[in-house]
Amino acid sequence: MMNSDSSLSIKDSTYAVSTVVKSIMTDFRISRPNFFSTPKKGENYELRADLNSEYRDRRKDAIKKVIANMTVGKDVSGLFPDVLKNMQTDDLEQKKLVYLYLMNYAKTQPELVILAVNTFVKDTDDSNPLIRSLAIRTMGCIRVEKIIDYLCEPLRKCLRDENPYVRKTAAICVAKLYDLSPNLAIDNGFVSTLQDMVSDANPMVVANAVTALAEINETSSTKDIFIINAPTLTKLLVALNECTEWGRIAILAALAEYKPADSKEAEHIVERVVPQFQHVNGSVVLSAIKVIMIYMRSIKNDEAIRQLVRKMAPPLVTLLASAPEVQYVALRNINIILQKRPEILANEMRVFFCKYNDPPYVKLEKLEIMIKLANERNIDQLLSELKEYASEVDVDFVRKSVRAIGQCAIKISEASERCVNVLLDLINTKVNYVVQEAIVVIKDIFRKYPHKYEGIIPTLCQNLDALDEPEAKASLIWIIGEYAERIENADELILTFLDTFHDENFQVQLQLVTASVKLFLKKPQSAQNIVQRSLQIATSECDNPDIRDRAYIYWRLLSTDPQAAKAVVLSDKPPISVQSNAISSSLLEELISNISTLASVYHKPPETFLGRGRFGADAVQRRAIEEQEEASRESPIQAQTKTNIENLLDLDFSDTNTVNSTTSSLPSSSKSITQPTANVDDLLDLFNDNTITSTQSSSNIQNNSVSNDLVNLF
Amino acid sequence: MASAVFVLDLKGKVLISRNYRGDIPMSAVEKFMPLVFTEYFKELEEESIRDNFVIIYELLDEMMDFGYPQTTETKILQEYITQESHKLEIQVRPPMAVTNAVSWRSEGIKYRKNEVFLDVIESVNLLVNANGNVLRSEILGIIKMKCYLSGMPELRLGLNDKVMFESTGRSPSRGKAIEMEDVKFHQCVRLSRFENDRTISFIPPDGEFELMSYRLNTQVKPLIWVEAIVESYAGSRIEYMIKAKAQFKRRSTANNVEIYVPVPDDADTPKFRGGKEFLMRAHFGLPSVKNVDDPDKKPPIAVKFEIPYFTTSGIQVQYLKIVEKSGYQALPLVRYITQNGDYQLRLPESNKNNKMTPI
Repeated sequence: MMNSDSSLSIKDSTYAVSTVVKSIMTDFRISRPNFFSTPKKGENYELRADLNSEYRDRRKDAIKKVIANMTVGKDVSGLFPDVLKNMQTDDLEQKKLVYLYLMNYAKTQPELVILAVNTFVKDTDDSNPLIRSLAIRTMGCIRVEKIIDYLCEPLRKCLRDENPYVRKTAAICVAKLYDLSPNLAIDNGFVSTLQDMVSDANPMVVANAVTALAEINETSSTKDIFIINAPTLTKLLVALNECTEWGRIAILAALAEYKPADSKEAEHIVERVVPQFQHVNGSVVLSAIKVIMIYMRSIKNDEAIRQLVRKMAPPLVTLLASAPEVQYVALRNINIILQKRPEILANEMRVFFCKYNDPPYVKLEKLEIMIKLANERNIDQLLSELKEYASEVDVDFVRKSVRAIGQCAIKISEASERCVNVLLDLINTKVNYVVQEAIVVIKDIFRKYPHKYEGIIPTLCQNLDALDEPEAKASLIWIIGEYAERIENADELILTFLDTFHDENFQVQLQLVTASVKLFLKKPQSAQNIVQRSLQIATSECDNPDIRDRAYIYWRLLSTDPQAAKAVVLSDKPPISVQSNAISSSLLEELISNISTLASVYHKPPETFLGRGRFGADAVQRRAIEEQEEASRESPIQAQTKTNIENLLDLDFSDTNTVNSTTSSLPSSSKSITQPTANVDDLLDLFNDNTITSTQSSSNIQNNSVSNDLVNLF
Repeated sequence: MASAVFVLDLKGKVLISRNYRGDIPMSAVEKFMPLVFTEYFKELEEESIRDNFVIIYELLDEMMDFGYPQTTETKILQEYITQESHKLEIQVRPPMAVTNAVSWRSEGIKYRKNEVFLDVIESVNLLVNANGNVLRSEILGIIKMKCYLSGMPELRLGLNDKVMFESTGRSPSRGKAIEMEDVKFHQCVRLSRFENDRTISFIPPDGEFELMSYRLNTQVKPLIWVEAIVESYAGSRIEYMIKAKAQFKRRSTANNVEIYVPVPDDADTPKFRGGKEFLMRAHFGLPSVKNVDDPDKKPPIAVKFEIPYFTTSGIQVQYLKIVEKSGYQALPLVRYITQNGDYQLRLPESNKNNKMTPI
């Protein structure tokens, strides 16, 4: 439905349409014949007769019926000549209906459209400006090559019309013409007329000229159609305060494209834009915020920046008092803005607290923003909120809330203990999915703060039987392996899992293999059987190449040099951190330039979901197919499997009993296990929470940690 | 910029559509089905769209061209988009206002009696957690205007706005000034003027409209405080003790007060044991058998109320100056009212009481 810009404005205009239609309709609650009644046999025949009737009313009703049929998707293109006959009329409503029909079916009857040209041209000379603009608007909408040549003269006239209503319609018409035939629009001087119109006395004409120029500029190859210079800038800034809300959005969008010469000029423009924060239309507000976010890049004056940051918070917060759909758009945009300037809403955490009746999509978005805003000062408040959310009934929201607690713990080390305590409280509620989610995040906390919260391990192990999700199971097994020396019955626990090895999910099996090796390295006497058994099962009974591969590596490591194995398997792991900047900085800048458009809601650059002009339809479909292919390409498990198959082929598997003899060819020290880092990152992504990444700090330990990662994975 | 507009029925079938550019497949509508126009149908019946498709097409044409919104000012649109068939001699023309700087008011409006009514309506949004701590308390105020004035009047509204008084160094004529956190204005208000010296000056649209809205956080006591103690007896019965307290001045009265206390889905009808002084104790039988460990839905307590002649923020209309070139006199009438907004108090955890007590 929407192609590019201003999802907010669409939202608003939809709303405006609805209220406008409503209030007009209450005025005209007259019963009228139902034009959508079920079709009879030979309806088109009857309609044709009516369209040619000598009675005016009859003809008009017939046209309405035709339009009704067209609306429900019936093909009434066969009536083209008959409808066309009714075009020349003094009845404005009838004229509009015929024009509507023309716009719809001109494509199917390009030969016949020529017949309409005469009336069009005549109408553009009518004494009533409404009819003049109606004609020029409709001509622009008939996207048939044949009519273009006839469009130029009337358009030239209308662009200079004395009535601003006609001029503003003609301005948009230039964009329509350019879309069909760029050369014609330029050669006829329409584009340069449009450039002059930016200085028109009427603000609405200015706004439409700006809109049309911006559109033309975007599709043009040279991108030099619409260049704002000092005089136009002044004009735009004046018009900004005078035109309608939609015009303001167009002008603000144009301002966003302008590159201020220096900090001074940027400050000056920003000063003129800031009052728009007070506009009632949310789209105007967001557009103004976009302009200011962009201009802040060029402002060097720290005090001015501070002022702006202070002024931006209230309008953003107010947007959250709108309808949930608008709230969602606002939240998605705030999410981007905060990544760039977290200080804007640093003190407004409470605003994002979820209300019971917030729709789920708003709640989840708020949650993400709260994590972004979390700091030492507000963490207690946030934790008690998150704990509250974790006892709600919406499973998805509860899980995300639990996860958020973990992310807070990793983000704010001073508060990690409090976070862990909240998680323990939640585990004690024994609500199945809460417990599982909590264990998954506790695994991350252990990873970030090793050996700090070992005391809670018994509590976790008590919930072993409740776990049925692979991720939770894998997490607990990782914890058991990691802290095997502290858990008395670690071997028992691992054994129980080994009994059901075949029934487990792939990632649980992987963890089980690793954990049993860790267990063996920590308790060599008691765990020898376990490690033998798990490697045996993994190498001979498991059909997943990834698991077999890993088991072989362990086996060879262990049998060649247990000390090296220890160094590899039990080494310190690289630290993890919450990915506070989930979006890369270049994408972030691009998204900021697209605030208040669909791009900032999707968090994707516009070209990934946009078509180009009239060729868009094909492009949209092509892209959809590409996306699908890409998705299957990117599917991590498949990708992983593929590389592992290759790995397997490199190894000599002629006889599994010759493991010992082949190990000599295998590296004995971790240094030479050189896996490409990217590959390892993939692996990490596979097993870790998406928001957690390994940060490899220094390059000289990189090799080491890479291989450690490979082995430890978590 | 929009490529097309669709109006769908509840099943997602296209009722009315306008394709502006032909650059998206018409089937694209399927992707947007859940998102489309839910608001539309809240207020409009499918039937009324069917019956009035002609005017909707006309409106769509007028409001959006080539995917760009043009004008959405209801009152002006009504002047030239009507359902009356137009006679030969009087053809409608686009009102000047459509393209004027003052796009919301037509010229030549005449009233015998010039009147202005101002309604100041404040809604209180409140969020209280289960421990009784106020998490959020904000006031969303709107000033509605009913304007029956002739000609092109120039209006100036004065409020007890703290920022304005601080910048001018004066003090309010009565009461104290308030600090509004954010203000939004109808498009008729000159925003640059407000930014400069906090003057609210405008040429109003005719009739009823929302002049401005404002938002402020308050540290004041919640107007109506509700405390609840919940005891559940072995899952088969549940007991509520509710205490409601009005925490505003004695001379104000809240009307239409409704307090919604959520109870389990299966609760039987309440048997009130008459309590005086807003004290309510209610028992419910819980007939359904369910797992004790299942989490309960926990909707918050919600309160509805209305307090006339009172604003929580203390906002006051200090003056409304009306200047028109014909020089008529018009007196504004101002009303104040405070009502609930999103007023939620979270319920505390119920005390699990496993012993059976005599009923």
